[in-house]
Amino acid sequence: MTVIFYLIAAITVAGGLAAVLLKNLVHCALAVTIAFGGIALLFLSLDAQFAGFVQILVYIGAVAILIVFAILLTRGSDVPKDGVFSPTWLTGVAIASAVFAVMGWAVINSVNAIPQLAAVPHVTVHDIGVALVGSYVLPLEILALLLTAATVGAVIVAMHEKGGSE
Amino acid sequence: MTLIQEVSSFTPQTTASAITGILWLIPALPIVASGCIALMKQSRRQAAATLSISSLCVSLLLSIAAFSHVLSGWLAGNAVRESLNFTWIRFGSSAVDLGWVLDPLSAVMLVMVSLVGLLIFIYSTGYMAHDENFTRFFCFLSLFAGAMLGVVISNSILLLFMCWELVGLTSYLLIGFWYHKPSAAAAAKKAFLTTRVGDIFFLLGIVWLFAQTGTLLFYNHGAGSLEPLSLASLLTQHAALGLSAAGAIGLLIFAGAAGKSGQLPLHVWLPDAMEGPTPVSALIHAATMVAAGVYLIARVYPLMQAGALTGGVTTSLTVVTWVGASTAVFAALIAVAQNDIKRILAYSTVSQLGYMMAGLGMGGVAVGIFHLITHAFFKALLFMGAGSVIHGCHEEQDIRHMGGLKSYMPLTFATYGIGMLALCGVPIFFSGFWSKDAILESAHGWSISHAPYYMLVFGAVLTAFYMTRQVSYVFFGQWRGHGHAHESPRVMTTPLAILAFFAVTLGAIGTPAWPWFRAFLDNRASEVDLHAFAEPAWLMLLLTSCIIVIVGIGLGWALYGNKSPDPDAPDTLQAAIPHVWVVLQNKFYVDELYGVTVIAFYAWWARVADWFDRRVWGGAVAAVTWLFGLFAQFNRFFDADIVDGTFDKGCEEISTSGGLLASIQSGAVQNYLRILALAVVALVLILFWSSRP
Amino acid sequence: MTPLGGYLLVAALMFAIGLAGALVRRNAIMVLIGIELMLNSANLNFIAFWRYGPHPEALTGMMFAIFSIAVAAAEAAVGLGLVIAIYRHTHTTELDKINRMKG
Repeated sequence: MTVIFYLIAAITVAGGLAAVLLKNLVHCALAVTIAFGGIALLFLSLDAQFAGFVQILVYIGAVAILIVFAILLTRGSDVPKDGVFSPTWLTGVAIASAVFAVMGWAVINSVNAIPQLAAVPHVTVHDIGVALVGSYVLPLEILALLLTAATVGAVIVAMHEKGGSE
Repeated sequence: MTLIQEVSSFTPQTTASAITGILWLIPALPIVASGCIALMKQSRRQAAATLSISSLCVSLLLSIAAFSHVLSGWLAGNAVRESLNFTWIRFGSSAVDLGWVLDPLSAVMLVMVSLVGLLIFIYSTGYMAHDENFTRFFCFLSLFAGAMLGVVISNSILLLFMCWELVGLTSYLLIGFWYHKPSAAAAAKKAFLTTRVGDIFFLLGIVWLFAQTGTLLFYNHGAGSLEPLSLASLLTQHAALGLSAAGAIGLLIFAGAAGKSGQLPLHVWLPDAMEGPTPVSALIHAATMVAAGVYLIARVYPLMQAGALTGGVTTSLTVVTWVGASTAVFAALIAVAQNDIKRILAYSTVSQLGYMMAGLGMGGVAVGIFHLITHAFFKALLFMGAGSVIHGCHEEQDIRHMGGLKSYMPLTFATYGIGMLALCGVPIFFSGFWSKDAILESAHGWSISHAPYYMLVFGAVLTAFYMTRQVSYVFFGQWRGHGHAHESPRVMTTPLAILAFFAVTLGAIGTPAWPWFRAFLDNRASEVDLHAFAEPAWLMLLLTSCIIVIVGIGLGWALYGNKSPDPDAPDTLQAAIPHVWVVLQNKFYVDELYGVTVIAFYAWWARVADWFDRRVWGGAVAAVTWLFGLFAQFNRFFDADIVDGTFDKGCEEISTSGGLLASIQSGAVQNYLRILALAVVALVLILFWSSRP
Repeated sequence: MTPLGGYLLVAALMFAIGLAGALVRRNAIMVLIGIELMLNSANLNFIAFWRYGPHPEALTGMMFAIFSIAVAAAEAAVGLGLVIAIYRHTHTTELDKINRMKG
């Protein structure tokens, strides 16, 4: 448990909290970008370099931008009058805390019992590529289909309707 | 001359021949014809009459064939008694047998019934020509003819009873033929009910006979109820009043015959039966149906005669004789004071039936049946002649409004005269003399008493008297009626002529010189012996008959003769003995007596039964109905309120709960998510707890 | 506290935060952001177990995480497209007001 770890963890958590608590949606989007970045750093510290860079590429490079676009397209930058939190926010917080409590308790109780590898795995991009088109070729192809469908679907759903609608 | 049927010296012939095999066709053909006519339209008169007459014609031919078969058997020295029996219903060890028998008695009856029937059928085509119900008439006539022929050939007492009832039914239908006349409908009902009274006793007799002998058949190769074995067993059984079972059964059967043949207490229906058309009166109430009773006694004669003492006397036969003699006198007295042409003849028929019964009782089967045969012909002749007179006088039936018809209706007069002389028993030339003479002879020789003899002689005097009165009223004197009298058409007068021929010639078969008829029925040989005419006993009887006829006709002619009395003035005899006349004219008030006793009781009983039916049985039914109504109410309550209610309530609850459940779907997505998260927490906890060691 | 435990706790915390955001915030896009956070925490879990679990050369955890990232991207695209489409119809992104699918 090195200092680096605590630092990166702190940044990530802070980003996440900020994303949830800030009133301005754009600030929230930027905060969640920081959280994404923190996660990417955590990946890198776990010697999953490929995953980390993919995280940065996809999440920060695409998803965060998407979120910003959506905020802008839905006039989310205007702060609503009634507040950003629902009237029953306490129940939600309570439930989330309960979830964290349960999961944390589970982790603490069980983590010492499982074996943990100390050696650093040597994984090259070449290995990942071989695995992708080797044993994981089916999920790869299905994923390709899924991405195609998602793209087409998103375009159709978000398209301006031609001729007469509200 | 022997009076009783002795053991025959002929050889018995009992195996059924070919003609016996088809004997059933004789009654079946007219019945089938009747059925066909019933299905025809009323307008097809020609077809109905043709069918009817031709079926009876065929029956007549078959009857003649049967008769000639029996005759040839008799000539060869065989006592023919061929029977053909079959089992109709079998239940357990006993069975209901039916069958028919061909012997001299049934052969003679077959020919008589079908011949007289055929002549009357032909006569009816003329008499009923103007009636609109022509086809219905012939339907009933055919049915009657078939039933009567069935009675005659029946070997089973049950079959006889069935045909007997059918004869009674057709008589009812034919008497009430003009049913829209209330008097005709009432007369038909009276006939049916009166004969019913007799039939109840007959049925009791049948049941008793069946119970005692175990068989319904008369002749069954030794096992029949009229054969010596059964008769012996019947004689040993004792009924009440010193009678044996044979005697008691005989009396019961005679009660049935008394109803059908109009003997003394049950005679009341016969004169009223004249409401029917004249051919009906001729056929049914002169020649055939009323003769069925006489035939029945002749058929069961071995039973009546079982256990006879010397002289052939049994209790049943004695009763038969007394009833017959009383009826003869009683009816003859009433006939003197009647004014309706047919009613005189009706009472004459009752009287002659009394003669026949007396003849059976005292002289045996041959004596009674001989008079039956001759009477059939001349009485049918007289009735048809009366019909011709009524037709010619334009439906007038009161003799005081007729007169002088001998010049207007010569043929009718001639034939009627022959019939009248035969009925009066004018000696030698007319058949009535020979048959009545045989009866008087047997009465003279009866061992019990001579009273019947004197009664019958008195009756004969009265017969001659009232017939002369009737003939002089109708045919002599001046015409006292309305309109113009005319002779009847040929189709009506030709049968009259044929019958007149028989009325004269039939006597030849029963003369003492050649007692062929008796020999034929008794299955003995006969030869012509003209010396029998010279016997003093017979000559005595001849003298007596001559005196009877002279006194009767003479008295009648003296009082009524060629005079033409005024219709509204009282009758000559009435003026002489008014009180007696009133009693005679009112038929000795027998109908009135029945009215206050039997019929009044019956009406009271009907009221009691009605009350019982409505209150007691009706009440019980109403109570059950009310109970069922109650049950139905309870059922309805249970079904609608409890079952339906429960079901409806259940459905309502489901509906409500569904609504409640639906409200969980608030549409707020975040709530769903919250619940999901809670569920995750719960799941993890459960997993953790369950996996704890 | 092993290194693995640390990473797992961080992942759990991020998950809880993301869940809270999805449950508490009114805006539909905030819910989607919360979902993204949850997904990321799950990825972190996978990579942590890959690194410290047996057979890292099988690349199971890594593959899972990569595929998860790809699917999450697709899902975000579609989800945001839906939000935009709904915004066009109802002119609002507040979830409380989009409750027409109720019982």
